[in-house]
Amino acid sequence: MTWIWFHKLGSPPHFYRLAGRMTPWFAWPALLLCLGGLYGGLVTAPADYQQGEGFRIIYVHAPAAWLSVMVYSAMAVYAAVGLIWRINVAHALAASCAGIGASFTVVALVTGSLWGKPMWGTYWEWDPRLTSELVLLFLYLGYMGLRGAIDDTARADRASAVLAIVGAVNVPIIHYSVTWWNSLHQAPSVMKFGKPTMPASMLVPLLMMLLGFTLYFVAIMLVRARGEVLRRERGAHWVAEATVES
Amino acid sequence: MMHWLLMGGYWPYLWPSYVLTLLVVVLNVIFARRSLRAARAEVRRRLQMQRSHS
Repeated sequence: MTWIWFHKLGSPPHFYRLAGRMTPWFAWPALLLCLGGLYGGLVTAPADYQQGEGFRIIYVHAPAAWLSVMVYSAMAVYAAVGLIWRINVAHALAASCAGIGASFTVVALVTGSLWGKPMWGTYWEWDPRLTSELVLLFLYLGYMGLRGAIDDTARADRASAVLAIVGAVNVPIIHYSVTWWNSLHQAPSVMKFGKPTMPASMLVPLLMMLLGFTLYFVAIMLVRARGEVLRRERGAHWVAEATVES
Repeated sequence: MMHWLLMGGYWPYLWPSYVLTLLVVVLNVIFARRSLRAARAEVRRRLQMQRSHS
């Protein structure tokens, strides 16, 4: 197996140009999928037999919660790649993930809280899923704080990468918290082995939203990473050419 | 329409969730674009300074 593509991706000028070309290919399908998912979730999906119309919060809560965990996993993988192979672009990608992941963790916590009030009778409970999601937010904030506290980029990359990798232990805890411990939060209904427990009329808009949010994240991450790469490479010759082109 | 907006009485929980999500989605787009623009502007400034010095 050839690893040329991997090393090519690690080249800042190649990544900068490729990311610029790829962004619209993620952004436009993301927009279309989210619009379709919103229409399906808010208009065509039937009300839940137990939760009534209130269940429709799932169409923003579940994608935000998915992004919060998926973005952290991506950030930890980029951090590990940057640390092991000393690839600067991987560190730039990890740094680009943090703000996006933190913002969607806040959305997951707030929308979950708003969903919890009518269903559980409380905005907050120190439930394993909610608590581990809150720990995830602190990990994101810690990662961003650590990066911001160290002036030297290379040292900031290494220190924050270690934090991101160690913090990845929280990812399976979030996922399995509802099965390992007694939890108010419902068990997985989409991301589980075997058949999902939702009817297609509810599930299809949710899957559209999940895919749409994922593509949206990739598009935003690429735009942020391009800026991060430019900042890191500002003294390089290719940067002058690239900024004249754009 | 009004019936749909009321969402079976769950509107005080449902619509703020959607508004917050939309806000975060839009803000992420704005911040990402602004960050890239700022990086480009910084590079252009450096280039201009280099040209003026040489």
